[in-house]
Amino acid sequence: MTQGCECSFPVEGENFDEAGKVSVEIKKMLKKIDIPDDVVRRAAIATYESEVNIISYAIQGTVNLQVTRDHILIDIQDTGPGISNIEQAMEQGYSTANDHIREMGFGAGMGLFNIKNCSDTFEISSEEGKGTHLKILINR
Amino acid sequence: MTLREIADLLDARVLVGGDHLDIEVKTAFSADLMSDVLAFAKPGSIMITGLTNPQIVRIASIVDNSAILVVRGKIPPEETLTLAEELDIPVLSTRYILFETSGRLYASGIVGCVRKIEGPESVVPL
Repeated sequence: MTQGCECSFPVEGENFDEAGKVSVEIKKMLKKIDIPDDVVRRAAIATYESEVNIISYAIQGTVNLQVTRDHILIDIQDTGPGISNIEQAMEQGYSTANDHIREMGFGAGMGLFNIKNCSDTFEISSEEGKGTHLKILINR
Repeated sequence: MTLREIADLLDARVLVGGDHLDIEVKTAFSADLMSDVLAFAKPGSIMITGLTNPQIVRIASIVDNSAILVVRGKIPPEETLTLAEELDIPVLSTRYILFETSGRLYASGIVGCVRKIEGPESVVPL
């Protein structure tokens, strides 16, 4: 694995013990490829935030990672309640997290905002009652 | 400051990474909110927190923290320490509270990862 890769990781909703496992795994993989440290770090942070979102709010989800010569694409889909007002959810500080999520140190309403900050291109779509789809593109 | 000097200053117990005490630290981020660590911590900084769950180790690994300093005399559970060994992140524990810990480090030349938040203030709903 020197140039690129394509792989997929399942994430189970409510499994807080495992939170971040996929992101740590993805970061390890990216570090083995010839990608600048700050790019790897941004990809890892965006993946972590997304992973915790699935665990906190969805039933299950998938993190798809695609690395090409030019970019890292992190494509995340979940089945869950979806987001009714995306604009509001993107705001810093807006959160619908319950006490359990907050006790773990999450639910500050920074997640989506931080994901966007780490991305070069960020797309989000969601359907209420079905799920949410994130496309995080980071240039290498 | 090296991790060894930090450990001495704060009477801290080194729980993981006793062989990494020569690491040089210049910045720190204090938080019990991991979301904020993900948003604001800089590579190489030390994470100062009162949380002890395994997430603190995974987050330290994601944001490239050089070490974790647990405050208020808390000793993380075995699974957190095992994970820290696995991911090669030093973990120290001090009896000082978060404010004292941060203040003592600041007075010794360690600075924060950011001084102030740029952009608009965020209004946090209940």
